[in-house]
Amino acid sequence: MTAPQEPGSNPRRAFIAAAGAGVAGLGFTAIAPGLHLMAVGQADAAEVRKAGSAASPAVRWGLLIDAGKCAPGCTKCVDACHTENGVSEKLPDPRQNSQWIRKIELVDRRDGRKTELPMMCQHCANPPCVDVCPTGASMKRADGIVLVDRHTCIGCRYCMMACPYKARSLVHVPLTEQNPEVPRGQGCVESCTLCVHRVDRGQTPACVESCPEGAMLFGDLNDPSSAIAKRIASVPTTQVRSDLRLNQGVRYQGL
Amino acid sequence: MKLLRILATLLFAAIAVSPAPTFAGEGGRTAKPVIEIANPGKCVAPVDEMRRNHMEMLKHQRDRTMRQGIRGEPASLNACIECHASKKTGSVLGSNENFCQSCHSYAAVKLDCWDCHQPKAGFKATGVKP
Repeated sequence: MTAPQEPGSNPRRAFIAAAGAGVAGLGFTAIAPGLHLMAVGQADAAEVRKAGSAASPAVRWGLLIDAGKCAPGCTKCVDACHTENGVSEKLPDPRQNSQWIRKIELVDRRDGRKTELPMMCQHCANPPCVDVCPTGASMKRADGIVLVDRHTCIGCRYCMMACPYKARSLVHVPLTEQNPEVPRGQGCVESCTLCVHRVDRGQTPACVESCPEGAMLFGDLNDPSSAIAKRIASVPTTQVRSDLRLNQGVRYQGL
Repeated sequence: MKLLRILATLLFAAIAVSPAPTFAGEGGRTAKPVIEIANPGKCVAPVDEMRRNHMEMLKHQRDRTMRQGIRGEPASLNACIECHASKKTGSVLGSNENFCQSCHSYAAVKLDCWDCHQPKAGFKATGVKP
Protein backbone atom coordinates (compact mmCIF):
# COMPACT_ATOMS: atom_id res chain seq x y z
CA MET A 1 0.00 0.00 0.00
CA THR A 2 1.55 3.25 -1.04
CA ALA A 3 0.72 6.91 -1.31
CA PRO A 4 -0.77 7.99 -4.62
CA GLN A 5 2.16 8.17 -7.03
CA GLU A 6 0.59 8.82 -10.39
CA PRO A 7 -0.99 12.19 -11.04
CA GLY A 8 -3.98 10.44 -12.57
CA SER A 9 -4.56 8.13 -9.60
CA ASN A 10 -7.61 8.54 -7.46
CA PRO A 11 -6.75 10.23 -4.16
CA ARG A 12 -10.03 8.97 -2.63
CA ARG A 13 -8.98 5.41 -3.28
CA ALA A 14 -5.63 6.02 -1.57
CA PHE A 15 -7.48 7.60 1.33
CA ILE A 16 -9.80 4.63 1.71
CA ALA A 17 -6.88 2.21 1.49
CA ALA A 18 -4.90 4.16 4.07
CA ALA A 19 -7.89 4.53 6.35
CA GLY A 20 -8.64 0.81 6.03
CA ALA A 21 -5.19 -0.09 7.21
CA GLY A 22 -5.67 2.03 10.30
CA VAL A 23 -2.02 1.90 11.24
CA ALA A 24 -0.36 4.38 13.58
CA GLY A 25 2.57 6.38 12.17
CA LEU A 26 0.91 7.49 8.97
CA GLY A 27 1.54 10.95 7.59
CA PHE A 28 -1.40 13.33 7.75
CA THR A 29 -2.00 15.96 5.11
CA ALA A 30 -4.67 18.57 5.58
CA ILE A 31 -6.71 18.81 2.39
CA ALA A 32 -9.42 20.98 3.95
CA PRO A 33 -10.16 22.19 7.47
CA GLY A 34 -11.06 19.16 9.53
CA LEU A 35 -10.40 16.76 6.65
CA HIS A 36 -7.12 14.92 6.40
CA LEU A 37 -5.56 12.85 3.69
CA MET A 38 -3.54 10.02 5.16
CA ALA A 39 -0.46 9.04 3.24
CA VAL A 40 2.31 6.55 3.87
CA GLY A 41 5.98 7.10 3.08
CA GLN A 42 6.01 10.80 2.37
CA ALA A 43 9.14 11.85 0.57
CA ASP A 44 11.80 13.58 2.59
CA ALA A 45 12.72 17.10 1.42
CA ALA A 46 16.36 16.13 1.10
CA GLU A 47 15.70 12.73 -0.42
CA VAL A 48 16.54 12.25 -4.09
CA ARG A 49 13.66 10.80 -6.02
CA LYS A 50 14.58 7.52 -7.70
CA ALA A 51 15.30 7.62 -11.42
CA GLY A 52 12.22 6.47 -13.28
CA SER A 53 9.73 7.47 -10.59
CA ALA A 54 7.20 10.25 -11.06
CA ALA A 55 6.84 13.39 -8.95
CA SER A 56 4.72 12.50 -5.94
CA PRO A 57 1.48 14.30 -5.06
CA ALA A 58 2.31 13.58 -1.40
CA VAL A 59 4.96 16.30 -1.68
CA ARG A 60 4.30 19.98 -2.12
CA TRP A 61 7.39 22.02 -2.75
CA GLY A 62 7.35 25.50 -1.33
CA LEU A 63 9.48 28.47 -0.43
CA LEU A 64 9.44 30.64 2.63
CA ILE A 65 11.06 34.04 2.14
CA ASP A 66 11.96 36.16 5.15
CA ALA A 67 11.55 39.72 3.88
CA GLY A 68 13.03 41.02 7.13
CA LYS A 69 16.35 39.40 6.26
CA CYS A 70 16.34 40.38 2.58
CA ALA A 71 19.18 42.93 2.22
CA PRO A 72 18.41 46.23 0.44
CA GLY A 73 20.05 46.44 -2.97
CA CYS A 74 21.19 42.81 -2.97
CA THR A 75 20.37 40.95 -6.19
CA LYS A 76 22.27 37.73 -5.56
CA CYS A 77 19.15 35.56 -5.90
CA VAL A 78 18.22 37.22 -9.20
CA ASP A 79 21.75 36.79 -10.56
CA ALA A 80 21.99 33.18 -9.40
CA CYS A 81 18.60 32.34 -10.94
CA HIS A 82 19.37 33.92 -14.26
CA THR A 83 22.81 32.29 -14.40
CA GLU A 84 21.46 28.88 -13.50
CA ASN A 85 18.67 29.08 -16.03
CA GLY A 86 20.67 30.75 -18.79
CA VAL A 87 18.53 33.90 -18.83
CA SER A 88 21.15 36.22 -20.25
CA GLU A 89 19.71 38.01 -23.29
CA LYS A 90 19.79 41.79 -23.19
CA LEU A 91 17.30 43.25 -25.64
CA PRO A 92 17.18 46.83 -26.94
CA ASP A 93 13.90 47.24 -25.11
CA PRO A 94 14.66 46.06 -21.56
CA ARG A 95 10.95 45.52 -20.92
CA GLN A 96 11.21 42.50 -23.20
CA ASN A 97 13.97 40.81 -21.19
CA SER A 98 12.90 37.62 -19.50
CA GLN A 99 12.51 37.94 -15.77
CA TRP A 100 12.23 34.75 -13.77
CA ILE A 101 12.67 36.51 -10.45
CA ARG A 102 12.94 40.19 -9.54
CA LYS A 103 13.52 42.29 -6.47
CA ILE A 104 10.70 44.61 -5.47
CA GLU A 105 10.60 47.29 -2.83
CA LEU A 106 7.57 47.98 -0.68
CA VAL A 107 7.24 51.38 0.95
CA ASP A 108 4.80 51.99 3.77
CA ARG A 109 3.54 55.47 2.91
CA ARG A 110 2.56 56.26 6.48
CA ASP A 111 5.99 55.87 8.05
CA GLY A 112 8.32 55.36 5.08
CA ARG A 113 9.40 51.88 6.18
CA LYS A 114 10.95 50.04 3.25
CA THR A 115 10.88 46.30 2.74
CA GLU A 116 12.60 44.45 -0.10
CA LEU A 117 11.69 41.02 -1.28
CA PRO A 118 12.21 38.73 -4.26
CA MET A 119 9.08 38.09 -6.32
CA MET A 120 8.65 35.21 -8.73
CA CYS A 121 6.15 32.53 -9.71
CA GLN A 122 4.26 31.77 -6.51
CA HIS A 123 3.52 28.16 -7.51
CA CYS A 124 -0.17 28.43 -6.65
CA ALA A 125 -2.21 25.38 -5.75
CA ASN A 126 -4.98 26.86 -7.93
CA PRO A 127 -2.95 28.59 -10.62
CA PRO A 128 -4.85 31.06 -12.85
CA CYS A 129 -2.23 30.58 -15.58
CA VAL A 130 -3.23 26.92 -15.81
CA ASP A 131 -6.93 27.83 -15.86
CA VAL A 132 -6.62 30.12 -18.85
CA CYS A 133 -4.09 28.24 -21.00
CA PRO A 134 -5.83 27.32 -24.27
CA THR A 135 -3.46 24.45 -25.12
CA GLY A 136 -2.82 22.88 -21.72
CA ALA A 137 0.83 23.94 -21.87
CA SER A 138 0.64 25.77 -18.56
CA MET A 139 0.52 23.01 -15.99
CA LYS A 140 1.00 22.10 -12.35
CA ARG A 141 3.15 19.09 -11.62
CA ALA A 142 2.01 16.57 -9.00
CA ASP A 143 4.44 18.00 -6.45
CA GLY A 144 3.00 21.50 -6.81
CA ILE A 145 5.55 23.06 -9.19
CA VAL A 146 3.86 25.19 -11.84
CA LEU A 147 5.56 24.87 -15.24
CA VAL A 148 5.14 25.73 -18.90
CA ASP A 149 5.33 22.76 -21.27
CA ARG A 150 7.08 24.52 -24.14
CA HIS A 151 6.26 21.62 -26.44
CA THR A 152 2.64 22.76 -26.45
CA CYS A 153 3.00 26.48 -25.65
CA ILE A 154 1.91 28.63 -28.57
CA GLY A 155 3.10 31.90 -27.04
CA CYS A 156 -0.35 33.49 -26.77
CA ARG A 157 0.60 35.12 -23.43
CA TYR A 158 -2.83 34.65 -21.93
CA CYS A 159 -1.14 33.21 -18.82
CA MET A 160 0.95 36.37 -18.52
CA MET A 161 -2.28 38.36 -18.39
CA ALA A 162 -3.84 35.99 -15.85
CA CYS A 163 -0.93 35.90 -13.41
CA PRO A 164 -1.47 38.38 -10.54
CA TYR A 165 2.27 38.43 -9.81
CA LYS A 166 3.61 39.33 -13.28
CA ALA A 167 5.72 36.22 -12.92
CA ARG A 168 5.87 35.17 -16.54
CA SER A 169 7.86 36.36 -19.54
CA LEU A 170 7.81 35.66 -23.25
CA VAL A 171 11.06 34.91 -25.04
CA HIS A 172 11.27 37.40 -27.91
CA VAL A 173 14.45 36.36 -29.71
CA PRO A 174 16.13 33.13 -30.88
CA LEU A 175 18.46 31.74 -28.21
CA THR A 176 21.65 29.69 -28.43
CA GLU A 177 23.19 29.76 -24.96
CA GLN A 178 20.68 27.60 -23.09
CA ASN A 179 21.76 25.52 -20.13
CA PRO A 180 21.34 21.91 -21.40
CA GLU A 181 19.09 21.20 -18.41
CA VAL A 182 16.93 24.28 -18.93
CA PRO A 183 15.61 24.33 -22.49
CA ARG A 184 14.07 27.65 -23.45
CA GLY A 185 13.40 29.34 -26.76
CA GLN A 186 11.71 32.00 -28.79
CA GLY A 187 7.94 32.22 -28.82
CA CYS A 188 7.30 30.44 -25.53
CA VAL A 189 6.27 31.79 -22.18
CA GLU A 190 8.47 30.94 -19.23
CA SER A 191 8.75 31.56 -15.52
CA CYS A 192 10.39 30.34 -12.35
CA THR A 193 10.50 26.52 -12.40
CA LEU A 194 11.57 26.34 -8.75
CA CYS A 195 14.75 24.97 -10.39
CA VAL A 196 12.90 21.75 -11.09
CA HIS A 197 16.01 20.15 -12.60
CA ARG A 198 17.90 20.74 -9.36
CA VAL A 199 14.99 19.74 -7.10
CA ASP A 200 14.66 16.46 -9.00
CA ARG A 201 18.22 15.55 -8.09
CA GLY A 202 17.79 16.54 -4.44
CA GLN A 203 19.23 20.07 -4.55
CA THR A 204 17.58 23.32 -3.56
CA PRO A 205 16.77 26.11 -6.05
CA ALA A 206 19.65 28.36 -7.12
CA CYS A 207 18.17 31.45 -5.43
CA VAL A 208 17.90 29.67 -2.09
CA GLU A 209 21.46 28.45 -2.33
CA SER A 210 22.78 31.89 -3.26
CA CYS A 211 21.10 34.00 -0.56
CA PRO A 212 23.87 35.30 1.73
CA GLU A 213 21.34 36.19 4.44
CA GLY A 214 19.71 32.77 4.51
CA ALA A 215 16.40 34.52 3.90
CA MET A 216 14.97 31.78 1.70
CA LEU A 217 13.91 28.37 2.91
CA PHE A 218 12.94 25.59 0.52
CA GLY A 219 11.16 22.38 1.42
CA ASP A 220 8.11 20.16 1.46
CA LEU A 221 5.07 22.02 2.83
CA ASN A 222 3.24 18.71 3.27
CA ASP A 223 5.86 17.16 5.51
CA PRO A 224 5.22 18.34 9.12
CA SER A 225 8.82 17.49 10.05
CA SER A 226 10.40 19.66 7.34
CA ALA A 227 12.07 22.93 8.38
CA ILE A 228 9.73 24.99 6.21
CA ALA A 229 6.56 23.40 7.61
CA LYS A 230 7.82 23.85 11.17
CA ARG A 231 8.62 27.52 10.54
CA ILE A 232 5.23 28.14 8.93
CA ALA A 233 3.57 26.47 11.90
CA SER A 234 5.44 28.66 14.37
CA VAL A 235 5.74 32.16 12.87
CA PRO A 236 3.19 34.34 11.07
CA THR A 237 3.61 34.09 7.32
CA THR A 238 1.77 35.71 4.42
CA GLN A 239 0.68 34.58 1.01
CA VAL A 240 0.79 37.63 -1.26
CA ARG A 241 -2.75 38.53 -2.40
CA SER A 242 -4.17 35.76 -0.26
CA ASP A 243 -7.59 37.28 -1.02
CA LEU A 244 -7.38 35.60 -4.42
CA ARG A 245 -7.39 32.21 -2.67
CA LEU A 246 -4.75 30.75 -4.94
CA ASN A 247 -2.93 29.04 -2.05
CA GLN A 248 0.56 29.91 -3.16
CA GLY A 249 3.51 27.63 -2.46
CA VAL A 250 5.74 30.68 -1.96
CA ARG A 251 5.15 32.37 1.38
CA TYR A 252 6.61 35.48 2.94
CA GLN A 253 7.57 36.27 6.48
CA GLY A 254 7.94 39.80 7.87
CA LEU A 255 5.78 41.68 5.37
CA MET B 1 14.65 -2.35 -88.58
CA LYS B 2 16.99 -4.85 -86.99
CA LEU B 3 19.79 -2.32 -87.13
CA LEU B 4 17.62 0.23 -85.41
CA ARG B 5 16.88 -2.26 -82.62
CA ILE B 6 20.57 -2.98 -82.16
CA LEU B 7 21.30 0.73 -82.04
CA ALA B 8 18.57 1.29 -79.48
CA THR B 9 19.91 -1.57 -77.35
CA LEU B 10 23.42 -0.16 -77.57
CA LEU B 11 22.20 3.29 -76.63
CA PHE B 12 20.28 1.89 -73.66
CA ALA B 13 23.32 -0.09 -72.52
CA ALA B 14 25.49 3.00 -72.83
CA ILE B 15 23.13 4.98 -70.63
CA ALA B 16 22.93 2.15 -68.12
CA VAL B 17 26.69 1.81 -67.61
CA SER B 18 27.54 5.49 -67.85
CA PRO B 19 28.98 6.79 -64.57
CA ALA B 20 26.22 7.99 -62.25
CA PRO B 21 26.48 11.50 -60.81
CA THR B 22 28.82 11.44 -57.81
CA PHE B 23 26.73 10.86 -54.75
CA ALA B 24 27.81 11.02 -51.18
CA GLY B 25 27.78 7.62 -49.54
CA GLU B 26 29.04 4.32 -50.86
CA GLY B 27 28.57 4.72 -54.58
CA GLY B 28 24.92 3.66 -54.48
CA ARG B 29 22.51 4.94 -57.06
CA THR B 30 20.67 6.98 -54.48
CA ALA B 31 22.18 9.89 -52.66
CA LYS B 32 22.63 9.09 -48.99
CA PRO B 33 23.19 11.57 -46.21
CA VAL B 34 26.70 11.70 -44.81
CA ILE B 35 26.61 11.24 -41.08
CA GLU B 36 29.45 11.88 -38.72
CA ILE B 37 28.99 10.24 -35.31
CA ALA B 38 31.54 10.99 -32.61
CA ASN B 39 30.97 7.86 -30.50
CA PRO B 40 29.14 5.23 -32.58
CA GLY B 41 27.87 1.84 -31.42
CA LYS B 42 26.36 2.54 -28.01
CA CYS B 43 22.80 3.44 -28.91
CA VAL B 44 19.80 2.64 -26.72
CA ALA B 45 18.13 0.67 -29.55
CA PRO B 46 19.13 -0.97 -32.87
CA VAL B 47 19.77 1.40 -35.78
CA ASP B 48 16.66 0.41 -37.72
CA GLU B 49 14.43 1.04 -34.74
CA MET B 50 16.10 4.34 -33.99
CA ARG B 51 15.72 5.51 -37.58
CA ARG B 52 12.05 4.68 -37.61
CA ASN B 53 11.00 5.48 -34.05
CA HIS B 54 13.37 8.01 -32.48
CA MET B 55 10.78 10.76 -32.73
CA GLU B 56 8.17 8.65 -30.95
CA MET B 57 10.64 7.64 -28.25
CA LEU B 58 11.62 11.24 -27.64
CA LYS B 59 8.04 12.48 -27.72
CA HIS B 60 6.83 10.04 -25.07
CA GLN B 61 9.93 10.57 -22.95
CA ARG B 62 9.53 14.34 -23.12
CA ASP B 63 5.94 14.13 -21.89
CA ARG B 64 6.83 11.80 -19.04
CA THR B 65 9.73 13.97 -17.95
CA MET B 66 7.97 17.29 -18.40
CA ARG B 67 4.54 16.39 -17.04
CA GLN B 68 5.25 13.64 -14.51
CA GLY B 69 8.80 14.53 -13.56
CA ILE B 70 10.29 11.14 -14.45
CA ARG B 71 14.03 11.57 -14.86
CA GLY B 72 16.81 9.31 -16.08
CA GLU B 73 15.07 7.60 -18.97
CA PRO B 74 17.24 5.98 -21.65
CA ALA B 75 15.65 8.02 -24.46
CA SER B 76 16.79 11.55 -23.76
CA LEU B 77 17.79 14.38 -26.04
CA ASN B 78 20.80 15.25 -23.88
CA ALA B 79 21.91 11.61 -23.96
CA CYS B 80 21.53 11.59 -27.78
CA ILE B 81 23.93 14.44 -28.31
CA GLU B 82 26.53 13.06 -25.90
CA CYS B 83 27.33 10.41 -28.55
CA HIS B 84 26.02 11.92 -31.74
CA ALA B 85 27.46 15.41 -31.65
CA SER B 86 30.20 16.01 -34.22
CA LYS B 87 33.82 15.73 -33.11
CA LYS B 88 34.67 18.85 -35.09
CA THR B 89 31.95 21.22 -33.98
CA GLY B 90 30.67 19.47 -30.83
CA SER B 91 27.14 19.92 -32.15
CA VAL B 92 24.40 17.93 -33.88
CA LEU B 93 23.62 20.98 -36.00
CA GLY B 94 25.54 23.43 -38.15
CA SER B 95 26.40 21.57 -41.34
CA ASN B 96 24.80 18.84 -43.41
CA GLU B 97 27.34 16.37 -42.02
CA ASN B 98 26.18 16.88 -38.45
CA PHE B 99 24.01 14.11 -37.12
CA CYS B 100 20.51 15.56 -36.80
CA GLN B 101 20.76 18.07 -39.59
CA SER B 102 22.15 15.61 -42.17
CA CYS B 103 19.13 13.28 -42.18
CA HIS B 104 16.56 15.96 -41.53
CA SER B 105 17.71 18.11 -44.43
CA TYR B 106 17.93 14.97 -46.59
CA ALA B 107 14.38 13.95 -45.70
CA ALA B 108 13.15 17.56 -45.66
CA VAL B 109 11.68 17.15 -42.18
CA LYS B 110 11.57 20.22 -39.97
CA LEU B 111 13.70 19.97 -36.86
CA ASP B 112 12.25 21.94 -33.95
CA CYS B 113 13.98 20.41 -30.93
CA TRP B 114 17.00 22.67 -31.04
CA ASP B 115 15.04 25.91 -31.04
CA CYS B 116 14.90 25.41 -27.28
CA HIS B 117 17.28 22.55 -26.45
CA GLN B 118 21.04 23.01 -26.42
CA PRO B 119 22.52 21.24 -29.49
CA LYS B 120 26.12 21.20 -28.23
CA ALA B 121 27.47 18.25 -26.27
CA GLY B 122 28.82 19.08 -22.84
CA PHE B 123 27.79 22.73 -23.18
CA LYS B 124 28.26 24.65 -19.97
CA ALA B 125 26.28 27.84 -19.74
CA THR B 126 28.54 30.51 -18.27
CA GLY B 127 28.63 30.48 -14.50
CA VAL B 128 26.43 27.44 -13.89
CA LYS B 129 27.69 25.39 -10.99
CA PRO B 130 27.78 21.59 -11.31
